[in-house]
Amino acid sequence: MRSLFLVMTALAVMGLAFWAYRENYRTQAELAAVRDLQREIGTLKESLGVLNAEWAYLNRPDRLRELADISFPRLGLLPLEPRQFGGVAQIGYPDFDLNAISAPVDTIALGETTP
Amino acid sequence: MTRIPLRPLARILSAREKGENPDAIERENIRLRHEAMRDRARLRAEGRLLILGAAFVAAFVTVGAQMGLLAATEPVEPQATGMGAAIVAQRADITDRQGRILATNLVTHSLYAQPPLMVDPIRAAEELALIFPDLDAARLKKDFTSKRKFLWVKKKISPEQMQLVHEIGDPGLLFGPREMRLYPNGAIAAHILGGASFGREGVRSAEVVGTAGVEKTFDGWLRDPANGGAPLQLSLDLTIQSTVEDVLYGGMKLMNAKGATAILMDVKTGEIVAMASLPDFDPNTRPAPLTKGDPSDSPLFNRAVQGVYELGSTFKIFAVAQALDLGLVRPETMVETKGPMFWGKFKIRDFHNYGPQLSVTDVIVKSSNIGTAHIAQLIGGVRQQEFLQKLGMFDPTTVELVEAPGAKPLRPAKWPEITTLTVSYGHGVAASPLHLAAAYASLANGGTRITPTLLRRDKAETGPRLISEATSTQIRDMLRQVVVRGTASFGEVPGYAVAGKTGTADKPKRTGGGYYKDKVIATFASVFPAHDPKYVLVVSLDEPVETSGTEPRRTAGWTAVPVAAEIIRRAAPLLGLRPEVEPLADAAVTLVRN
Repeated sequence: MRSLFLVMTALAVMGLAFWAYRENYRTQAELAAVRDLQREIGTLKESLGVLNAEWAYLNRPDRLRELADISFPRLGLLPLEPRQFGGVAQIGYPDFDLNAISAPVDTIALGETTP
Repeated sequence: MTRIPLRPLARILSAREKGENPDAIERENIRLRHEAMRDRARLRAEGRLLILGAAFVAAFVTVGAQMGLLAATEPVEPQATGMGAAIVAQRADITDRQGRILATNLVTHSLYAQPPLMVDPIRAAEELALIFPDLDAARLKKDFTSKRKFLWVKKKISPEQMQLVHEIGDPGLLFGPREMRLYPNGAIAAHILGGASFGREGVRSAEVVGTAGVEKTFDGWLRDPANGGAPLQLSLDLTIQSTVEDVLYGGMKLMNAKGATAILMDVKTGEIVAMASLPDFDPNTRPAPLTKGDPSDSPLFNRAVQGVYELGSTFKIFAVAQALDLGLVRPETMVETKGPMFWGKFKIRDFHNYGPQLSVTDVIVKSSNIGTAHIAQLIGGVRQQEFLQKLGMFDPTTVELVEAPGAKPLRPAKWPEITTLTVSYGHGVAASPLHLAAAYASLANGGTRITPTLLRRDKAETGPRLISEATSTQIRDMLRQVVVRGTASFGEVPGYAVAGKTGTADKPKRTGGGYYKDKVIATFASVFPAHDPKYVLVVSLDEPVETSGTEPRRTAGWTAVPVAAEIIRRAAPLLGLRPEVEPLADAAVTLVRN
């Protein structure tokens, strides 16, 4: 009985040692993975910063103004003016004599051909 | 433990036989027993003290060892905590009120050399001089072949330049990472942002420190890692700032002015939506400050905050506002304007002769110095000083710029009655355009004091009351009349009911003693819309001349006012103000009988 108990204890110690060894290496592997991830987050944040800076640089008001000037013949963009504000009363409502719309109208296709 | 009996029979019997007192034996035994008890108790107490002492020593050794360990070891970022608070080592971004970037960081590289590691120093020096034209090949050769172990070649290089240096292929040319401050919008809001440069430098990294503007004011905040990378949000609006600068630049060129400034401020919150000062500079390559001459000639000079000048007739409304609030006059009270007005040996003149008398409204509308001086006489010097003090005209503004505390308004040391008269029409007290904007906002918003700010504020500021609500309305009506039929008739913008006051002040000679005859500061301080004030706009031009007529015109009505009107016309729609029809002043129903 006593020897059985000793054998069981020895086996338990060996099992626990093996478990601790495995856990140790798994923890180290996880820490390495976290380090890699954090480094990746760092580089991604850095490149996000660069992209944000680039976006801000490309959208700087001076450049947008120049682009609006260059593409004026095509887009006809002008600075916002007070007269461009409208009231609801200024919207032209359709004439009530028009026939009721019966069939669905493909407005997008219509817009393409007759802008 | 075996207890010894106190009266052992054998000893008692033998003592009785000898005729001794047997009680002595008992006493002796009691004494011995007490001694034994005492010794045991002492031993136990000593043991307890020892254990307690050992526990204290152990505790202090633990604390000391931990302190020593913390002090001696290199700090290591905790790696196991996955989602801890993010610590960001970068300098925080600066954004406008809508989150658009005004200042950010960019990683570049610095180039340094370690001559002992160099293979061919002569060739490296020649190649470097080809890549960087501003470097001197002879100087580099001398440095590379000397005994030096280390030298900086360039503080900031672009990726293309870095590639070219790589292609030289010399192992003694090395790169260190560098974080540089980038202002993607160039010169827009340059004076507000200021600029940044490197502080302490190492091979691996360098400290970025603010040198002026908000970068310097909020240097500590921007560098604080505890903010977790949250940007500093200003009250500026990039679109409006850009529009204001654009229009102001055009106006400055058109009016042949040397410099110009404009401030657009929210009337209720005191937020500065746009603040421009021309000429400006690019904060990415901040020029060196002037070492001699007039600092206001440098593009670094922020006219809006640092430009302390006499602001002329724009001050008149302060005297009138105070007189109205004190109940000394009413808008229709007639005031003597017969000129010239004599006070001792001084003579006060008007630009034109306005006849014997004008109503208070017309004194403002026609901008009569004499009329204002008479009103100021009613108020008196003491009350006038108190009022200007409360308006903030005697103290530096509290706006969040490093330059602001240095721009202290100039006021006369003594305040005789002639000063009361001249200050009422803006001569004798010098203040910055920002002071003027804050004062106009305070008067127009219903009469509570406004302190200007560059940080985003979400709710209206309720400062101490300066004038009553009713006076504020009267003031706005008068200022509106100035634009409708007075000196600022070019300031009319349909739909925005501009109200304002012009001011043309002669520039004082820098050498001291008198004023220039042909150099003025033309200012227009305006509020819009007059019936429901939302914004204050102050435009000031330095030495403008309008030359479309037969003779050069320098008054603010011809120079600053049209520029301000154009700024309002362009900026107001961007501010989200829709043009409105002004409500009629006399819309009340009158009872009529016949």
